[in-house]
Amino acid sequence: MSGVERLGEQLERIERVRKSRRGRFYLRDDFITMSHGSGGKATHNLVEGVFATAFSNPVLDRMDDSALLQLSGARLAFTTDSYVVRPLFFPGGDIGRLAVHGTVNDLAVAGAVPLYLSVGVVLEEGFAVAELRRIVESMKSAAEEAAVSIVTGDTKVVERGKADGVYINTAGIGLVRPDASVSAGNARPKDQILISGRIAEHGVAIMMARNDLDLETQVESDTGPVHELAAALIDRLGSDVRTLKDPTRGGVATALNEIALQSQVGLVIDEQRVPIRPDVRGACELLGIDPLHMANEGKLLAVVAAGRGDNALDALRGHPLGLDAAIIGEVRTEPEGLVASRTAVGGERILDMLVGDALPRIC
Amino acid sequence: MKFVDEYRDSDLAHRIVEEVDRLAAGKPYKLMEVCGGHTHTIYRHGIQQLLPGNIELVHGPGCPVCVIPMGRLDDAIAIARNPGVILATFGDMLRVPGGSGSLLDARAQGADVRIVYSPLDALKLASSNPHREVVFLAIGFETTAPSTALTLLQARQADVPNFSVFCNHVTILPALKAILDSPDMRLQGFIGPGHVSTVIGTDPYSWIPERYGLPIVISGFEPTDLLQSVLMLVQQLSEGRCAVENQYGRVVRAGGNAPAIDAIRKTMRVRPQFEWRGLGFIPASAFSLRAEFARWDAEERYAVPGHRVADPRACQCGEVLKGVIKPWECRVFGTACTPERPIGTCMVSSEGACAAYYNYGRHALKAEAVS
Repeated sequence: MSGVERLGEQLERIERVRKSRRGRFYLRDDFITMSHGSGGKATHNLVEGVFATAFSNPVLDRMDDSALLQLSGARLAFTTDSYVVRPLFFPGGDIGRLAVHGTVNDLAVAGAVPLYLSVGVVLEEGFAVAELRRIVESMKSAAEEAAVSIVTGDTKVVERGKADGVYINTAGIGLVRPDASVSAGNARPKDQILISGRIAEHGVAIMMARNDLDLETQVESDTGPVHELAAALIDRLGSDVRTLKDPTRGGVATALNEIALQSQVGLVIDEQRVPIRPDVRGACELLGIDPLHMANEGKLLAVVAAGRGDNALDALRGHPLGLDAAIIGEVRTEPEGLVASRTAVGGERILDMLVGDALPRIC
Repeated sequence: MKFVDEYRDSDLAHRIVEEVDRLAAGKPYKLMEVCGGHTHTIYRHGIQQLLPGNIELVHGPGCPVCVIPMGRLDDAIAIARNPGVILATFGDMLRVPGGSGSLLDARAQGADVRIVYSPLDALKLASSNPHREVVFLAIGFETTAPSTALTLLQARQADVPNFSVFCNHVTILPALKAILDSPDMRLQGFIGPGHVSTVIGTDPYSWIPERYGLPIVISGFEPTDLLQSVLMLVQQLSEGRCAVENQYGRVVRAGGNAPAIDAIRKTMRVRPQFEWRGLGFIPASAFSLRAEFARWDAEERYAVPGHRVADPRACQCGEVLKGVIKPWECRVFGTACTPERPIGTCMVSSEGACAAYYNYGRHALKAEAVS
C-alpha cells in the first residue's frame, strides 16, 4: 500500500470513529447494569436513547441540568434528582445534605436563584426512625444554608429487602436571573475554563467510606451548595459567564465532554492546573482511577468569555468555597466535540467521558 | 506529590527525548512494551508523541484482563450462577465479554458478583458469610499470583471451608517466547514488565539477549521511567549490544522476591498448556492449584462448561497483541468495538492496547495523519 493510500485509509477511519462518537446515543443493552448509573457514557445512552427520544420537546431537548420555563414574564429553572448513596452517612455529609445540595446546584448552574424544593422519600421496612430524623435534620440545615424552602413532599414504605434503607428524590424551582444566559451549548473558541476548587473529594470519600480502600488518610466529601459561587460569577461577569456545570457523577471529564459536544467546540485543559489534594490524588493513583472521572458534590465548573478569566477567578476566590479556584484551560475550535488534556510531562491526550463504572485497575 | 512528581518532570523528559533522538540517528526502531501498565502510562501521559517519529512503541500481551480467553470467562460466569455463590474478582474483569455476556450482565440477571481489591478481601468475605460459598476469580501474571498464593496458604491455615479460587494466573515468559518465535515478529527490543520483575527478578530474561540477540530493559511505570528505558534500549542498539538491563532498580532486584516465588511454588503448579486470547494455546504458560489445595480449587468443586469459544471473527485482538497491527488498523476498532460495547478484550481494560488507544490515542493519530 502506498503512503498516500495508507494516509487516506487512516483519515477515513478517523472520520468513521468521529461520526460514531458524535452520532446519537442508542441504548443497545438488554438489561440495566450498574454502568447505566455511573453518570458516564452508558447513562447518556440510557437517558438519550430511552427517555429523551420518548419525551422529546423543545424544553427537554436542550438537555441542560435544569429545564428553563418561560411563564408569564418570569424565567423559571426546574429540575429533579434522586439519591441512592451508600453508606447513608459518610465523612463530610449524608444522603440528606446531598439531596438538598444536588438540586440546589442544578438550579444554580442554570443561572437561577434556588427557591423551592420538594422531597420524596422511599423508606424500607425496618429502617430506624432515629436515622431518618438525623437525615431530615440535616436536610433542614442544608436547606436553610442554601436559603431554599422545602414546600411539598411525599413518603412511601416498601417491604424489607425492596430498597436499601432510604431513597430520596428532590425537585426544585428557581428564578433565572435576568442578567444570566448560561447553557452547556454556549462555549465559544478562546473562552476560558475555571473550576471553583479541589476535585474528586466526594468520589474518594465515598469509596473510602465503603471500606473499599483501607487508607490512613481522612477525606471528606465536598458536598455543599454552589449557588453563591454561581451568583458571585454572574454578579461580576453577567452574560460573559457562558456555561456553568456541576461536575457530579462522571466527574470534571464528563462535564467537559458535555460542553464540548453541546457547544461543538474543542476544550483543552492543563492537568497540572487542576487543583487536587495530594492525598486524594494519591488514592486515585493507587486505584488507577483518573481523578477527573471522580464525582464532586460542591464544585462549580465555569466557562467564561475570553479575557474574563482573571475577573472570574477573583469573583470565585472572594467566596470561602472558592479559595482554591483555578483557571484550568481554554476553548478551541479543534478537536471539535472532544476534550484534550495536556499532561505534566508535556504530552497531550484525549480526555473521554467516563465509560462504565470507575472500576479500579488490577495492576 | 512526593515520589510521583519527580518522575513527571517535563524538562527531564525533554532532555531524555533529545538524547534518544541523537542516538537513534533517524534509524527506525520498533520496541515492545510488554506490560499493560506501561501501555496505560504511554497513553495517559502522551509518551509516544514526545518520542521522535522513528521510535515506534508496540503494545504487548501484558494486560492480564486482555489475555483471558472467552471460554474461561464463561466458566467463571457459570460458577457465579450457582445458588449461594459469591464470585469475587478485580474490578476490570466485570466488563470483559465472554461467549454470552459479561460478569456485569450476569450480575444484572441475579448472580452475586463483587469487586475486591485483593484476594485476602475475598477470604474475609468468606469468613463473614459462612453460609455462602465465596469463589475468587484469580487473574494476572506473577504480579498478582503471590497474593493469591498467600491467600490460599491462609485459607488452609484457618481452615476456611467456604472459600475457593478459580485460578487463571498466567506467566509472562512463555508468551514472550511465542511472540519471538512468531513469523511476523519485527521487534528490535523489549521494555520489560516492572511489577512482574519485582517478583521474578531480572535473571529469568537472560535467554532473550542470548538466544534471540535482542535487548530488554526492565522499566518502572512513571513517564520518565519509560522514556529512560527507551533511551537505554536505543543506547544498547546504537552500540550493537544486547543485554538485560534494569531501569527499575529502586524496586526490582536481580533475584526477585524469594518469599513471593516460594508462596507460588507451594500452592501452584504449571499447567501443560493454557489458551491466551488472540495468541492461542501456549505451553507451560499458566498456573493451576496444586493437588494439596484441591479443597480450595473451584475447578475441582464446581462443574464448569469448559467450552472453548472461538474469538469473534471480526476481532483482531491477536494481531494487536502480537504487535502485527496497530489498534486502529483492526477492522472493528472504534466502530463496532468501543469501550462501552467491546467485542475484543483489548478494548475492555483501560490497560488494553485498544481501549488505551481509543481513549488517549485518537487525537495523536489525527495529528500524525494530517501532518
